[in-house]
Amino acid sequence: MAATVSSSNVQRLLSLYRTMLRIRAFENAAEEASKGGVAAFGAALGTQALVRGPLHLSTGQEAVPAGVCANLERTDLITSTHRGHGHTIAKGADVTATMCELFGRASGFNGGKGGSMHIADFSVGMLGANGVVAAGIPIAAGAAHALKLRGGKEIVACFFGDGAVNRGPFLEGLNWAQIYRLPVLFVCEDNRYSATTATEAMTGGEGAAARAHAIGLHGRVVDGNDVEVVDAAASTLVEEVRAGRGPRFLHAVTYRVKGHVSVDPAAYRHADEVSRALEEDPLRTAAEKLAALGVTAAEVERLRGEAEREIAAAVAAAHAAPWPEAGRAYDDIQDTGSGRWF
Amino acid sequence: MARLTYAQAACTALAEAMRADPRIVALGEDVGRGGIFAQYRGLAQAFGPERVIDTPISEATIMGAAVGMALNGLKPVVEMRVVDFALCSMDEVVNQAAKARYMFGGQGRVPLVARMPNGLWSGSAAQHSQSLEAWFAHMPGLVVVTPATPADNYALLHAAIESGDPVIYMEHKELWGTEGDVPEGRRIALGTADVRRAGGDATLVTWSSTVHAALAAAESAAQRGLAVEVIDLRTIWPWDRDAVLASAAKTGRLLVAHEAVQAGGFGAEVAATVAEELGIPVKRLGAPRIPAGYSKPLEDEVRITPDKIVAALVALCDRQGPGKIATRR
Repeated sequence: MAATVSSSNVQRLLSLYRTMLRIRAFENAAEEASKGGVAAFGAALGTQALVRGPLHLSTGQEAVPAGVCANLERTDLITSTHRGHGHTIAKGADVTATMCELFGRASGFNGGKGGSMHIADFSVGMLGANGVVAAGIPIAAGAAHALKLRGGKEIVACFFGDGAVNRGPFLEGLNWAQIYRLPVLFVCEDNRYSATTATEAMTGGEGAAARAHAIGLHGRVVDGNDVEVVDAAASTLVEEVRAGRGPRFLHAVTYRVKGHVSVDPAAYRHADEVSRALEEDPLRTAAEKLAALGVTAAEVERLRGEAEREIAAAVAAAHAAPWPEAGRAYDDIQDTGSGRWF
Repeated sequence: MARLTYAQAACTALAEAMRADPRIVALGEDVGRGGIFAQYRGLAQAFGPERVIDTPISEATIMGAAVGMALNGLKPVVEMRVVDFALCSMDEVVNQAAKARYMFGGQGRVPLVARMPNGLWSGSAAQHSQSLEAWFAHMPGLVVVTPATPADNYALLHAAIESGDPVIYMEHKELWGTEGDVPEGRRIALGTADVRRAGGDATLVTWSSTVHAALAAAESAAQRGLAVEVIDLRTIWPWDRDAVLASAAKTGRLLVAHEAVQAGGFGAEVAATVAEELGIPVKRLGAPRIPAGYSKPLEDEVRITPDKIVAALVALCDRQGPGKIATRR
């Protein structure tokens, strides 16, 4: 029997869906604003780009941050990747300050010093996106180490991609968390591509979860396009981590719908592969589930409109936001010797 | 005032700092058993394994975890064993520790001290004998400290821990056993040089273990009639420009001597600054751009000795005109 629209599982799915809609709308708007922003993949550098430089979109991967972060408290911490808008939004960061940062404005979270690749909002425990693959893993381990020494119930969720499992810090950081039994949930958001190369071709053995298992981490491999599945797995693993039972590992398999960066047409992969992946689009899957649970198409449409209007307002605010003063280039570097630039 | 070795001085400073501030933790390979130079001796017993953290041989993650600790309220003191091994942690030092505060618009800070014993380590060959202070001086966000004596190691380690910045703290691999008087409670502001010997004929700027070779060289030069002022920079970044320029303006000649490879060494920065500001003769003395060889005759090629420094001083002063040295005799 179908659940009623007011039941708690419907409300939970609606909440997860709303987060995914906001991430999708954000990524679409950021993609639009990044046109001409970087000279790469044969694209020429434009003069009018609002979002400069490489922009790594998480379009199609929304179920992972939405499902994981729904199980975190505001005081929990996360570390993220160069493809980090979804994690930022799902952890509760304000979308306007996020968009302002992408636009390089003074009112961005980082005052325009970081941009997309270094977006951070410490006020919600978002300890930063990172331009270096796997670099967030040791940082997450250290943040969790500090939490453990301090005592308390906070945990760290560490997001990284499938490419990261081939870097040394993956081995070192997981081992570190395991030997000190640190409160970290490692989340391998597997979008199946390491930049423009299929990760499978570059990875020996059974991959991420098997490697984690070899270090002694319990974990799960889940369909990262089904937000309810991610949510349920994260719920269990977060509870175990929070109970002090040591680190856990979640391998969520999803798909990178866009190229490595927004100007990458991703012509290196077969059209069939992409069309098959689009059939498993996490928003589509969630919308179908909502329909089956009795949520009307009109309600789903209303939610979509709401998310798009919110992001459009963030874009408008970012357009109007002031640029940082050039003098700000010289602050927040170091206290010792500040003022000595030459 | 206590008579301590360079290692004991550091150990004493760290113990005092850890007693005063519970946010300070020390982490690295073998620190639980005192560290390979005994510079952590007794600390694990005094503060327990939660604050003196024995780590796996994972330099990247020792440094990266320290960044995460620092961003989350701790003040880690990181042991890299020797600077040569710290090279395994360069992303974490350069892209993370040095840049996090800036990139995140000041939302977080990285108050960590990364101890990277620097310089020649007799008989240890090419992968254990490098002097890399210039690499870190080149990196915005980092402070670079190179203590030469037990007293300075005590005072500068305190200052480094108190600074709140990421500090590359480069003790010298061959100085651990040297003894000296260490005034208790003394602090030295980072970025202040020390005039180790006064003189009016030439300024000799140096740091770390080369300070001792420089003082021996100055003594020898004095016997040849040359009064050399020896300045120990102590901090490589920010370096004490004012002290160097004041001395060089007085003496009219500058020699910079250091153990690092001369080409692209920090001596080039000091010499260029003095030449730009004062237009006086400058000279550099560093190692040739060759790796440190294992065998003593090979290693000696890269070691900066008092004799080499004296020869450089004589060459610098002779450039002012023939007979300069002779007339001073």
